[in-house]
Amino acid sequence: MSTATTVAKREIKTYFNSPVAYIVVMVFMLITGYLFFSQLFLEKQAELRYYFTLTPLVFTFIIPAITMRLIAEEKGSGTLEMLITMPVRDWEVVLGKFLAGMAMLGAIVGMTLFYAITVAALGPIDRGPVITGYLGLLLMGGSYVSIGVMASSLTRNQIVAFILAFAISFALFIFGQIMQFSPEWLSPILAYLSMGNHFESFSRGVVDSRDVLFYVSLMAVALVIATASLESRKWK
Amino acid sequence: MADVMIKVESLTKEYGPFRAVDQVSFNVHKGEVLGFLGPNGAGKSTTMKILTCFLAPTAGSAQVAGFDVFDQSLEVRQRVGYLPEDTPLYRDMTVLEHLEFGAHMHGMSGARVQSRIKEIGGRCGLSDVAGKLVGELSKGYRQRVGLAQAMLHDPDILILDEPTSGLDPNQIAEIRALIKEVGKEKTVILSTHILPEVQATCSRMLIISGGKLVADGTPDELRAREKATRYRLVVESNGTAAETLKEKLTSVSGVAQCQKVAGEDGAYTFEIDGSAKADLRKALFRVAVDNKWSLLELTRQAASLEDVFRNLTTGEESKS
Repeated sequence: MSTATTVAKREIKTYFNSPVAYIVVMVFMLITGYLFFSQLFLEKQAELRYYFTLTPLVFTFIIPAITMRLIAEEKGSGTLEMLITMPVRDWEVVLGKFLAGMAMLGAIVGMTLFYAITVAALGPIDRGPVITGYLGLLLMGGSYVSIGVMASSLTRNQIVAFILAFAISFALFIFGQIMQFSPEWLSPILAYLSMGNHFESFSRGVVDSRDVLFYVSLMAVALVIATASLESRKWK
Repeated sequence: MADVMIKVESLTKEYGPFRAVDQVSFNVHKGEVLGFLGPNGAGKSTTMKILTCFLAPTAGSAQVAGFDVFDQSLEVRQRVGYLPEDTPLYRDMTVLEHLEFGAHMHGMSGARVQSRIKEIGGRCGLSDVAGKLVGELSKGYRQRVGLAQAMLHDPDILILDEPTSGLDPNQIAEIRALIKEVGKEKTVILSTHILPEVQATCSRMLIISGGKLVADGTPDELRAREKATRYRLVVESNGTAAETLKEKLTSVSGVAQCQKVAGEDGAYTFEIDGSAKADLRKALFRVAVDNKWSLLELTRQAASLEDVFRNLTTGEESKS
């Protein structure tokens, strides 16, 4: 277990040693900042609803940009061989990478607390939906991070990892939007797999164990696939 | 035997239809420095990757320090220090950070981390570059960082894949000296395709070609296996034509082949191959005396490791 945190610490250090982290944070703040402040100044409404509605979409490309290098880079440069010939289990490597991605997610989501503070400063704020909304963002974002780790484990090319993660994340995002046109039998399946649908109740202040379970099991599945992909070098 | 550190039994690794390692078996004892030789693509790296638990064998088994590389891979990896080919390292870390990372991954903590880094870093000549980024180091220094990291946790066994490739002669000498010193207490396997390296550092060598083990022994033993011996003869013929000289030399019993390699102005150099069993020098001397040639030079050249290597590995290369 301690090796997983050692891996995670190294990854986090690498994030902040490279320009990628700063660019990603900047882009994320630009987009969400526009969403929030256009609402505030044009509609004269101080609320986080808009931010919570559109962030799931923003995540579909911001998070793959964070996660694309996690494993693919090590595969490409050969350092993976050095790393996994140390006494560390494959799942510990995957977990370490995932935790680093989560730390990065925590950092960018944390910075948007600024919007909540702005709203609170302007008037009474309904704390419940804000807290659950942020919790929902971390859970949903965590699912995207795990998908990103999985995509990164499947290739040695970071661009491929990015596109693959984006495609899967975006598909899971739009499942909720295409329900209207889908055949009737398919709708419940799409509704269940939709990232946005599960997030909705969080943004309304409701924590439903089914939604939590959905995100957690999605993370588990993606990380198990990532581990299997690392182990596949040992398949006979 | 109790001191067998590495035990490899009919190890086979296939990549699809391609057999990279084919039924290789050998043992390595404590305190040996084993040279693993072979042309590029012969299966050296693949074997090392199996021994360090990076790959799994298709068939056969390997035990390192008494643990199976597949079933007890964590125990194996705790006892092995590995320097992969081309020394992959995290380029965005400083040397010190990199070694600290390695130490933590091996479960070290507290004061032991710094004391080990100080000791090994000093031994590998890294004290001056501790604060530099790995990516900014020269190839020689990177190699030392890789070596230091491999030895950090004081492993019983060191597996080094081409530890001196890409280094300049001074650096090569340094790394070899380091390996020799380490080899006094540890078991070392190093792969190379540079033959003098084996002579300089190894107590035993394995030659692998086309995935198969073709030779196993000390450098002297392998040299002795070579059947032909080469003689070098320089004579001044006092007027006799080179062709006649060649004929006379070829007719000496035991000479398999005679070739003129140099000689214009009456002094000719011949290379003569004869069987290793008999010494032909006396017979060659007699021929020279009988024909009244002036003998300027006559030497018997022991078969070099290069010859052994070439004979054992050519003809297999098309496969690899």
